[in-house]
Order: sequence, then structure tokens, then C-alpha cells
Amino acid sequence: MRNTDRRSFLKIAGISIGAGALYRVAPLLGAGREGAGLSRALREANGEPLRPFSFVQLSDTHVGFEGPPDPLGTRAFERAVETINALPEPPELILFTGDLTHDTEDRREHAARLKRFREIAGKLSVQAIHCVPGEHDAALDGGALFRESLGPTSYSFDHRGVHFVGLDNVSRGKPEIGKEQLAWLERDLSRFGPSAPIVVFTHRPLFDLKPEWEWFTDDGDAVMNLLARFENVTVLYGHIHRADHRRIGRADHHAARSLVFAFPDPESGAEKKPLPFRKERPFANLGIRRIAAPGAPGALSIDDVELSAAEFSGTAGIQQLLKGGSFA
Amino acid sequence: MSIARFVSCTAVTAALLASASVRRASADAPAPRVVEVTARRFEFTPAAIRLRKGETVTLRLRTLDVRHGLFSRPLGIDAEFEPGAARDVTITPRETGTFVVICDRFCGSGHGNMKIAVVVE
Repeated sequence: MRNTDRRSFLKIAGISIGAGALYRVAPLLGAGREGAGLSRALREANGEPLRPFSFVQLSDTHVGFEGPPDPLGTRAFERAVETINALPEPPELILFTGDLTHDTEDRREHAARLKRFREIAGKLSVQAIHCVPGEHDAALDGGALFRESLGPTSYSFDHRGVHFVGLDNVSRGKPEIGKEQLAWLERDLSRFGPSAPIVVFTHRPLFDLKPEWEWFTDDGDAVMNLLARFENVTVLYGHIHRADHRRIGRADHHAARSLVFAFPDPESGAEKKPLPFRKERPFANLGIRRIAAPGAPGALSIDDVELSAAEFSGTAGIQQLLKGGSFA
Repeated sequence: MSIARFVSCTAVTAALLASASVRRASADAPAPRVVEVTARRFEFTPAAIRLRKGETVTLRLRTLDVRHGLFSRPLGIDAEFEPGAARDVTITPRETGTFVVICDRFCGSGHGNMKIAVVVE
């Protein structure tokens, strides 16, 4: 699909999405010498006035996934939409870090799942939605249907002085960015000075988190080398279905919670098996991470919020949640 | 002939002789043991392989359905193979231990747990 089509989706969607992470970008103009320096650098970089704003990362909804280990299907995604819409300060953007849909070889069914994703996401009250694919969206057809439905699989844009870069590390089938996209990224970053804040969003981690679980990007080092000269780099990703933060060099890498089953801690020695579903806490480990940066760049505070299911407690509530279904 | 050139020519000659020697030794060496590996969604057969440290082994990869990948950074494996053609990957494990070798070319739901346990003794 062409860019114009993606823009029309953004218009239909109204504003942004949420669940995974909420980021607040600070009013840097009043943040002292360091903040003022960054402010100046940003104006020089892209000419945009700095204004505080917040955005949300949403990840791994797997629309179309059914059955164990998570009988809720899209319920957590729908719940996340309600949660975001109820935020006292609406986020301006939603970054969607892949696996919007669950894979199927049936092209019509895959198109239906993408349509369903757009229907749910379209209920969000945000200014814009930006998506990158996960392997379940794009690896089987090289991203063709994703592009047709949602637009390019990699791109960049500026928002209130922050440069956002969406990278595709799934469409080639292998966990890699590829030389062509790396060359594009190098050109894309060339106009920015070292203090420009860069937010990269992608599906798989750009470092070796756990290669034996396929939690890596083979040429992720090449991406981070291109970003090494920048002082303010945040990488947001999904794929691992759990919250995680690592500071590597000068970059912060944040994984968001998923909206279907969670995976275990990669350092626990456990097998890569989804955590079991819990009737008493149907949204356990699924939810929103809010991140605020009230001061100078780098001073982020993280607030992980599990999706609430209080009104769904008890047998009657669970039955309501499942709309008449029953847990296995 | 200057001394420098003499040294250079001598070095080249020695290198060529060494190279020929290596080739002869290589030709005389027994062929690596071949381990047949078959892939299909979403499993490898065999699911576990035992190797000896320092032993050179060729993994002969075949797929019964779609294109798959085989990846392990510690073992130096990064391969893709497709239906209709075997792909040989030769390795010489330098460390003992158990290594999880994965399919790293997405092949559908279940791909995430498609792996071989390679035990190097």
C-alpha cells in the first residue's frame, strides 16, 4: 500500500493507541544547561519547536490468535484501547512494535486479521498510529500484505523535535535488517547532530538478548554502530512478550509487554514456553508501561501497569470477559 | 636482486610450498563425518546430535516442506536451505557443552520452538 493509504488510516484512527509503554517527552527548554543545549540541537536538526508530549508503545496483539495458552484472544488488546482512551493526558502517538496479527498462509484470512486489527486500533483516541511489522505479520510474504494494509515496513518521521525511526527486521524471513535498509538508515540519520534525540522502534531486539530463543537481530550491531554517535538513543521493541530494559553503550533498549501470553525471564533458565494462563488474573503480565522524562534527557522514570481486570473477577466476570466462552 | 626482493621471493616460495603441503594433507585426510538433518514444520530430525570437540562434521540439511534456516552463533552456523536441494554446513566445534541450534527463518506458527540440541563432548 502507498503512503497515502497509511495516512488515511491514521486519519481514520483519530489519534494514537496504547498499551505497552507510555513515554513522556519533557519540556527540555526549561531543563537547565543540558536541556537547553539539546533544545538548540533539535531546532538545528529539524526546525521543529520543542513541546512536551507523551506517546505509547503497543506490541504483540496477535489478532487472530486463538486457543491455549491464552483463551482471551483480542480481549487484552481491546482492554488496552479502553485503558489508553481513559488516560487523563491522551498520548499523541502510538508506536506499534509488531506482531499485530497472528500468521496464516491463507491470504484472505490474513487480510481479515489486518482489517480486524485496524478496527480495534481505530477506536483509539490519538493523533497518529505508526506500525512496524513482526514476523507473524510479514515474514511469510515478505511484508506484501502489511504494506498493502498499513504502509511501509520501515520509515522515519519527526515529532516535536524527536526523530523516530521504524525499522523492519522481520520481512526478510531471517532476523536481519539487510544492507539496503542499513544504507537508508545511514542516509536518514546523516542530517542530525549528536545530541538529537532518536527513538528507534522495531520488532526484534537489536542486540543478542537470547539468540537461542531467536531474541536477536543478526545485523543489529550494524544498526547500533550507525547510532553510536548519538547521545540520546532509545530503542523500543516487542517480540519477547515481557517488559525488559537494558542499557548498552549509550542506548536504552526497552521491550514492551505483549497483549497475549507472556514469556518467561530469559535469564531464569526456564524453557521458552508461554507463562500459564491464570483464571484469577486473566491479564497477568499484559499491559502498559508508562515512561516519563520530566527532566533532562535520559532521566526516564518507568511505570509498568498491568491491565486491570477487577471488574472481571469471579466466574460471572470471567464469563463476561470471554463473552460466553469458558476456560480450558 | 636486492636483499629485500630476495627475502620477499623466498617468503612467497615458502608460502606456496606450505600451501601445497596443506592441500596434500587435506586431500589425504578422511572426509568429515556426515550427519543428515531433516527439517519440516516445526521440527528437526534428529532433535539432538552428539559431536566430539575438535571433530570436523558436515551437517547435510534437507527440508521436506518450505525454506528453513539453521543458526547458532557459538557453533558458527548460519545457513538457509530450500526444498529440492541439500545444503552442507561443515563445522568443527571448539568448545564442549550443549548448544541450542535454531531455525531462524520464520516458517509459521511453531517456528519459535524449532531447534536441535547439539551436545559437544
